[in-house]
Amino acid sequence: MSVSFFGQARTVASRDLLRERRSGEVAWVTLPFGAVALLLVPIAIGTDAPTLRAVGIGMFWVVVMLFGVLVSVRRTGADSQSQKDMVSLTGIDPAASFVGSAWASSLLLIVFEVILGLLTIALYDIRIVGWAWVPLILILVAVGLGLLGTLAGGIVSTDRSAAALVPLIVAPMSVPLLIAATQAFEGLRLGHSILTWILMLVVVVLVLAIAGVLSARPLQETG
Amino acid sequence: MPNATTIVSLAGAAVRAGAVSILRDVDFTVTEGESVGLFGTNGAGKTTLLRLIATLTRPSAGTGSVFGVDLSSPDRFIVRPRIGYIGHTPGWYPELTLMENLTFVAHAMGIEDALAISSLESVGLGGAIDRRVDRCSHGMKRRAEFARILMTKPDLLLLDEPHSALDADAIDLVDDLVARTVKRGGAAVLVSHDHARVEAVVDRTYEIAEGTLR
Repeated sequence: MSVSFFGQARTVASRDLLRERRSGEVAWVTLPFGAVALLLVPIAIGTDAPTLRAVGIGMFWVVVMLFGVLVSVRRTGADSQSQKDMVSLTGIDPAASFVGSAWASSLLLIVFEVILGLLTIALYDIRIVGWAWVPLILILVAVGLGLLGTLAGGIVSTDRSAAALVPLIVAPMSVPLLIAATQAFEGLRLGHSILTWILMLVVVVLVLAIAGVLSARPLQETG
Repeated sequence: MPNATTIVSLAGAAVRAGAVSILRDVDFTVTEGESVGLFGTNGAGKTTLLRLIATLTRPSAGTGSVFGVDLSSPDRFIVRPRIGYIGHTPGWYPELTLMENLTFVAHAMGIEDALAISSLESVGLGGAIDRRVDRCSHGMKRRAEFARILMTKPDLLLLDEPHSALDADAIDLVDDLVARTVKRGGAAVLVSHDHARVEAVVDRTYEIAEGTLR
């Protein structure tokens, strides 16, 4: 019986989420480090509330970008050759495998963002305006980072020496996400329209999704 | 077998890794209902030949096909579900149980969960289906690989050192898998150092030395 593209993607996403539940890598390693990074800034610059409020949102997004992308790079790039062979021989479409891994990473990143977001509000005394837009921004950034990390992980898995390329791939591609996310929140605070920034996030997500799906098969064949 | 369909066909196939030539000018054919043994010393190219047939490596030169699909074709992943490959190291996810690993394969290939359970039971792992792979012995992981083969019923079986580090019952399982596959019109290729054990199971044998088939 053949399995549909989205059936295959769902199978890969379920596997990744189950592996995360067992290993607790995000919950017990990445998330605590992100939380410590957010905690260090108030210790470093003092407890002046207006200053903390001014830097809080920016700090939140920097921490989400730096630590969040590690979540999906690690998930995709750490499999052994024998594990990759086993997946290949199930006949899973490499593009479906990419979508499934990015899907699982995005779900983990949404949880990551929500927990760190609540911590940021508590530590930096942030007052969020325009709550209705916040879930959309968080989801778009999580999906963007999930796609970016999965794509970078796929490139890393082709060659050990390619690991050195990860910052070169991730840094420039995450800048539009970082700018759009911070500016969207700033726009909400000032009461300006944020549609331009939302559109920018959507475009980045689409570009990453297309690049990931198109490159999935060549990357698997090279690995 | 008269008019047997060709399952594997290699003509002048070569595999290079950078400047190193691993396989050279290999001509090799396997037809349905046939089992073949490949012998050779370490580094002779046995595993690379098996990976080439499994579509996991592309030929650097020459031509080849498996189930009629060109080994250089980007569509070769289509035939992979028909191939049962067991390499040196089991590809299980260590943090998942044997059952979860097998159901991942089952779901990816559209197979019922019940078949995963019965396959694990058939290889003597019925009492360990909920055991995490990182808490299983090497022999149990190998048996679980045999369960995967029983579950997916491949038409082409590729086994790399299938008898190594196994007890007598598990060795019988390997021989049984080969016999079952060949009997239903498939084919099997076994790579080994153990001439006596493999020659008892296969129809013909080859030697590989320095990347060349003899």
